[in-house]
Amino acid sequence: MVTLRDYEGGETAWCPGCGNLLILTAVKKALVKLGLEPYQVLMVSGIGQAAKLPHYMKCNLFNGLHGRTLPVATGARITNPKLTVIAVGGDGDGYGEGGNHLIHAIRRNLDITYLVHDNQVYGLTKGQASPTSEEGFVTKTTPEGVFVRRLNPIALAISLGISFVARGYAGDIEHLADIIAQGITNRGFSLIDILQPCVTFNRVNTYQWYRGRVYKLDSSYNPKDPMAAFQKSLEWEDRIPIGVIYTEERPTYEDHYPRITETPLVEQHHDIKSFEEILEEFKV
Amino acid sequence: MATDISFMIGGEAGQGLQSIGYILAKSLAKGGLYVFANQDNESRIRGGHNFFQVRASAKAVQAVSERLHVIIALDERTMTERRRDLVEGGVILFDVDKIETTESTETLLGVPFERLAKEKTGKLIMANSVAVGATLGLIKHDFNILKTVLNETFQAKGAEVAEKNIQAARAGYDYIADRSRIKFRYAVETTGEPTDRILISGNEVIASSALVSGCKFMSGYPMSPSTPIQQFFASKMRGHNVVFEQAEDEIAAINMALGASFTGVRAMVATSGGGFSLMVEGLSLAGMTETPVVIIICQRPGPATGFPTRTEQAELEFAIHAGHGEFPRVVFAPGTPEQAFYLTSKAFNLAEKYQIPAIVLSDQYFSDSYFTTERFDISLIAIERGEFFTESDAKKLGEYKRHLITESGISPRLLPGQSWGLSVTDSDEHTEDGHITELAEVRTKNVRKRLKKLELIRREIGPPYVYGSVDAETILIGWGSTYGPLKEATDLLNGQGSRVKMLHLSEIWPFPSEVLAEELKKVRSLVSVESNSTGQMAHLIRAETGIEVDSKVLRFDGRPISPSYILREFQTIG
Repeated sequence: MVTLRDYEGGETAWCPGCGNLLILTAVKKALVKLGLEPYQVLMVSGIGQAAKLPHYMKCNLFNGLHGRTLPVATGARITNPKLTVIAVGGDGDGYGEGGNHLIHAIRRNLDITYLVHDNQVYGLTKGQASPTSEEGFVTKTTPEGVFVRRLNPIALAISLGISFVARGYAGDIEHLADIIAQGITNRGFSLIDILQPCVTFNRVNTYQWYRGRVYKLDSSYNPKDPMAAFQKSLEWEDRIPIGVIYTEERPTYEDHYPRITETPLVEQHHDIKSFEEILEEFKV
Repeated sequence: MATDISFMIGGEAGQGLQSIGYILAKSLAKGGLYVFANQDNESRIRGGHNFFQVRASAKAVQAVSERLHVIIALDERTMTERRRDLVEGGVILFDVDKIETTESTETLLGVPFERLAKEKTGKLIMANSVAVGATLGLIKHDFNILKTVLNETFQAKGAEVAEKNIQAARAGYDYIADRSRIKFRYAVETTGEPTDRILISGNEVIASSALVSGCKFMSGYPMSPSTPIQQFFASKMRGHNVVFEQAEDEIAAINMALGASFTGVRAMVATSGGGFSLMVEGLSLAGMTETPVVIIICQRPGPATGFPTRTEQAELEFAIHAGHGEFPRVVFAPGTPEQAFYLTSKAFNLAEKYQIPAIVLSDQYFSDSYFTTERFDISLIAIERGEFFTESDAKKLGEYKRHLITESGISPRLLPGQSWGLSVTDSDEHTEDGHITELAEVRTKNVRKRLKKLELIRREIGPPYVYGSVDAETILIGWGSTYGPLKEATDLLNGQGSRVKMLHLSEIWPFPSEVLAEELKKVRSLVSVESNSTGQMAHLIRAETGIEVDSKVLRFDGRPISPSYILREFQTIG
């Protein structure tokens, strides 16, 4: 039986009190809950404080470039659908540098779970505005305050008909672990936007700030209704919903090419002779 | 005189030049001739002036001829503008109902393409088959061969379509035959013997080689002139359980390929210079994470969008030096279909054995041209996937380390998903087990480890191809697609009494400095022949060997270097 000890990794390099520490615990709990062994999991991460997460646990890992997590995860998942593929990064990584990849990953609908640690600020480069920073947020690169509109990842995901989108909160590990487990179990692309207080560079969206606003969606909420989900995705100022906001049953990429699941590309024996007929069509 | 005859089909985009040209080329090739066909297209879907040129010869040819024997003019512009390229006694075939001319000469041969199509088949669209029929009637080619080609070409559209095309072609063929006054003086001698040759484009060679060599995943973003490689690969998805994924951009394309490769399959991308610019960050990632990948770059004139549908060789230094940081790579630039087939396969082997990016440089001229060539021998394809960490290794050696420091610099791979280890890699500088580090000594060791592989790769690089006069005074140096033109120019110059050799590089990086220097020291005068404006190969030779190339024959107007272009330029540098 797999236990949390099996996922125990090295020492972290995050600030004391960082929301990432809580998310790390939730990720491990979710994997243990699902009974997955570390070798069955491939994490793909980008660059940023969040993207360091897989280094502090046990799993296969491709820690690639800033913003490029999802294309790497796409290639990996197509090649071996037996792997549980989890992509992880921050809001700058996923919504800024990698924004285009996110849109198309949602469209492709491969069975990948994408965790975005959303702290509304750039941590690794020390405190610049991010795509999800609040309007008015003052940073060294926005000395007069952010005036561009905050990106709403959940509304964006719903508009693309995403298979599964949820919001988690680092301050509630059990709830977050449950959502991550649901995301991994979901057939198709799952986006989990995780509210993550940054104790060093974001003095606005603090644990204190979230405590008064975050509330859990209960069983009266129907995540299958796109219009209701869209309305829910707009809630932000005073009350911020966490939980599964939208799900849609739709065919996955793997459903379109069942052969890649039946015989994963990586398990194919390459028989050169069977490819000889390719040259046949050019015969004079 | 042995057959060496050139045809040109000219007209607007959308008039079906390519299909006429291909049917003509295939009919000539089936008659036992060697064929070389190249395309010259404007970047537009309709209108403009495009042409498809077919050269057929009793000897192997791999270069374009500037002199034409037959022009098939589908528009007036082709007739007026290209007439000057006609040899004495050459003929222009045109639709007499569509292009008005008061001139009555033996050069202008009006054939009512559309009228005959309408009469015989009821369909105007068959006019192109009338034109092909008339062309082959002119050179008295065996009609049965054309019939076979038309059947092969149109069978997918049904027997009726094929039959109508044959009727149309027959009408064109007979129309010429019935006019006994037509005396076409350029004979085409066909052998009539079946050959084991293939007629294939450069892009088709590269894509076929990748598939034969076990590439299971390709991602790409459409970009001329690389798109046919992507389409060909995609067309084999169903039958061969490979995957082509159209990416949202080239950045995604190369990262997808790296994800696939890390997970365990041979993976490739194909693009042109602009797309490669976007891939460069991923190229560097391949270098750092030691992830194999094959990158095909079909060059076209830059900078920026340049001439999207034309040719240039200006990405040599870019391909060799692209990417932030220092890491080993391989760069090949095939100049013949054989080279393209075997070097693409070799690129996959070297990429996997040494866990590096391997680049194959083509260009529009090579990619879009059709060649007849002897069928490739797939028994020569050996698949070398490099070292892997097995379950018994795990029992012997303990914990797996993706970037283990070894004597050779090569760390055995472990594919994610195996119960006996975890495969961890990082774009950050990393420890042997793949985790992020800041340690100076680890950094130094890793830089050395990665570069060490270069010494082994160097031993895998084949020598340049040398051809021509043994006691040559001058050597013509080329690389990539200029192989054919160089060879023909060398023969022509030697025939005129010059003493000339050619040297062609197809395995370019790591640079074969020693063997090249030896060759170059044997001759008095060095001339580099390149489709770029600065002489990138000449520059590379000086950088890598210290040898100065005396003069350059350059072309950078987007058009291919032809043997006669080399001859003309060669005279001016004397």
